[in-house]
Amino acid sequence: MGMAAESQFHVLAVDDSIIDRKLIERLLKTSSYQVTTVDSGSKALEFLGLHEDDTTNPSTPCVSPNNHQEVEVNLVITDYCMPGMTGYDLLKKIKESSSLRDIPVVIMSSENVPSRISRCLEEGAEEFFLKPVRLSDLNKLRPHLMKTKSKDQHQKQEKQEEKSAFQSPKQQQQEKEEHQQQQQSSNNKRKAIEEGLSPERTRPRYNGITTVV
Amino acid sequence: MDVVKLQKQLVDYRASLYHEAFLDEQFTQLQELQDENNPDFVVEVVSLFFEDSERLLNELAKALEQQSIDFKRVDAHVHQLKGSSSSIGAQRVQKVCITFRNYCEEQNVEGCLKCLQQVKHEYSLVKTKLETMFKILAAGGSIPM
Repeated sequence: MGMAAESQFHVLAVDDSIIDRKLIERLLKTSSYQVTTVDSGSKALEFLGLHEDDTTNPSTPCVSPNNHQEVEVNLVITDYCMPGMTGYDLLKKIKESSSLRDIPVVIMSSENVPSRISRCLEEGAEEFFLKPVRLSDLNKLRPHLMKTKSKDQHQKQEKQEEKSAFQSPKQQQQEKEEHQQQQQSSNNKRKAIEEGLSPERTRPRYNGITTVV
Repeated sequence: MDVVKLQKQLVDYRASLYHEAFLDEQFTQLQELQDENNPDFVVEVVSLFFEDSERLLNELAKALEQQSIDFKRVDAHVHQLKGSSSSIGAQRVQKVCITFRNYCEEQNVEGCLKCLQQVKHEYSLVKTKLETMFKILAAGGSIPM
């Protein structure tokens, strides 16, 4: 399996619903990510090692010991509607923190509200997923995770992985599923949003492979 | 009952649940996430759904019994129920929740009470259906995909 690189990626999932936490955990583990789930934005910040005072010092250099994370998190995926701190509030806090702002953040929501979606993307969210989240959605995470590792080296590695992934039957099956799901109704909404907002998002590398097939 | 008959019964029963819209394709997604390493995933998620729904239905009943109803609170509970039913594919429950939320927005007490009865009814139907399906599963082994 050429999936060794993904087992290094650690995703922090935030959702107040126990059912959705279980679901996202399974989805992420199936995609070979390491997962931690928490039930609130404040617990997420705690886990990320962010304390109240840090956000008031945006110019504090990353080298400062106060900002050092206990555990490395490569991506945060959070529900939008949560009591107390919403997913949007959490996104803002992460992007305002000098130590955490480079961590990609993905928002999930059961409601398709265009203004909500653009607000989140403008605030720096990498993706916005409509719930219920599918495996095919998680395939979109990989490019964002690759970016956070050391750039050039991993781009080369990624190209090699894609070549071998293209040949693996499991990968082809995943792409078939993705293609089939794209032909069903609900994903059209997601695609419409993506196409409207960022041309780059319509051409992540996996879609490139799909069109070749 | 032999395994082949049980499996056929299971396939037919499951098909009827989709046909009558008790379940939708999200339930299929859940099944696809289950494998040899996580053989109880579907049962676990569904059990969480049962527990969570029962809690929410109790909260809803209490909230709607109040002299002065807090519609925001009622709406928050319905929103949660809508979310969890959508996550497991319990389509009919989800649909009632949508109507329920509209009544909350309108602060329509009668409408809310009606929806509460409806959602309790749909919930108990889907619960029975799922429990039956799990019983057939338990007797017959695995779900043939």
